[in-house]
Amino acid sequence: MPKIKLPTKQPRIDMTPMVDTFCVVLTFLMLTTQMRQPEPATVDTPFSISETPTPDFNTMTFLLSPEGQVFMNFDNGPDTLLKFRPKILAEMGRRYGIEFNEKQLREFEKFPSSIGVPIMQMQDFLNAKDNTSRKAFQTGIPLDSADNQLAMWIQYARTVNPNINALIKGDSKTPFPVVKKVLDILQDLNVNRFNLITSLEAAKINLEEIQQ
Amino acid sequence: MAEIIQEEKGKGGKRKTKKHPPHIDMTPMVDLMCLLITFFMLTTAFSKAKIMEIVLPEKLKDPNQEAPKISASRTLNIILGPEGKIFTYPGSVKPEDYNNLPPLNLTDFSATGIRQMLLERNRALFKKIDDFNQQVISGKLEISQDSLATSIRRLKSDDDTGPIVLIKAYKEANYGNFVDILDEMNICGIARYTFVDIAWYEEKMVENAMSSLSTPATSSN
Repeated sequence: MPKIKLPTKQPRIDMTPMVDTFCVVLTFLMLTTQMRQPEPATVDTPFSISETPTPDFNTMTFLLSPEGQVFMNFDNGPDTLLKFRPKILAEMGRRYGIEFNEKQLREFEKFPSSIGVPIMQMQDFLNAKDNTSRKAFQTGIPLDSADNQLAMWIQYARTVNPNINALIKGDSKTPFPVVKKVLDILQDLNVNRFNLITSLEAAKINLEEIQQ
Repeated sequence: MAEIIQEEKGKGGKRKTKKHPPHIDMTPMVDLMCLLITFFMLTTAFSKAKIMEIVLPEKLKDPNQEAPKISASRTLNIILGPEGKIFTYPGSVKPEDYNNLPPLNLTDFSATGIRQMLLERNRALFKKIDDFNQQVISGKLEISQDSLATSIRRLKSDDDTGPIVLIKAYKEANYGNFVDILDEMNICGIARYTFVDIAWYEEKMVENAMSSLSTPATSSN
């Protein structure tokens, strides 16, 4: 009786379909991804039931850290050719007598996260080579009445982009006087409509609960 | 995909294609792709942050301008205190009462705290909004999402019985409290609420209430 001869070769798994699926998923993720921007301060936003998504364009975001520093961010507008960011910086430079060159303006346009640099150190900040040395400059925008640079930023942001909306992103533990100060500055410049950035949290109540 | 038909030179220079093309080991490629997919999945911000809108009353820049009058019987003052405490008092404080300040009610952010209080005062409007929502959900009323929001806004602007809530923040409050109380306004469907500066006598009232809290024997509520 002949012995059954087992195949000596190892069975092979055809990985081609797997590779195909992976390719598709990878391409999808690469095309849809928006990198999470590293912010200069970690901020845990409070929860609310609001379901309106954050607008993509025409925003100025105020980042209020738990330590009470204020950072600011703008977007470049719906069309990158509008170049709102460098325009705002150029206006600021003109106000404070600082000439920013092409390269610095381009650096500012590309800088991905919020900025909290006093305008006098802005040039050093933009000339810095890497992000770690830049981080040292991020001390928060000065907003006391003697040197209210935040008000200037808001003013020029609104001159450059009249449709801009104010977004406030604060940590749950940010002390209220800081928030109040920012709100006051905005209200002095006739901005009365604010959007507070929150995370979604479902809350349900029913009538029976209150009719007890 | 990714298979190569290899040609081999046979004997006598005769070209002969092999019947079984050799397999390429794709495991490293799969490994690499796995890694990339994981990276992209972790860095992608899928859920976008939400926004909550708030409109504050315009500041009075002209000193001769007077603040709009609101009826004291409908007014509810909410003062955000430290450590998630909420102080409330109804009506307003008249100048002749400055030496005899009314006591504050202490409450908190729980469902039986401020929410119950607001819902009790706002029952009529809340019931209207809730009925309306129920009709839409159960299919009795067929309207689009946009007109639902408009109708609810109209219900709110027609309301003339619910409280007018004035939110104030004591200096030790934090931003989380502020968002929470605004959220509570949305949950309870309060039609009229706004955020105003805290007055000096209200700060004093909070300090009085805090000191009476710290001495446990005389806990007044």
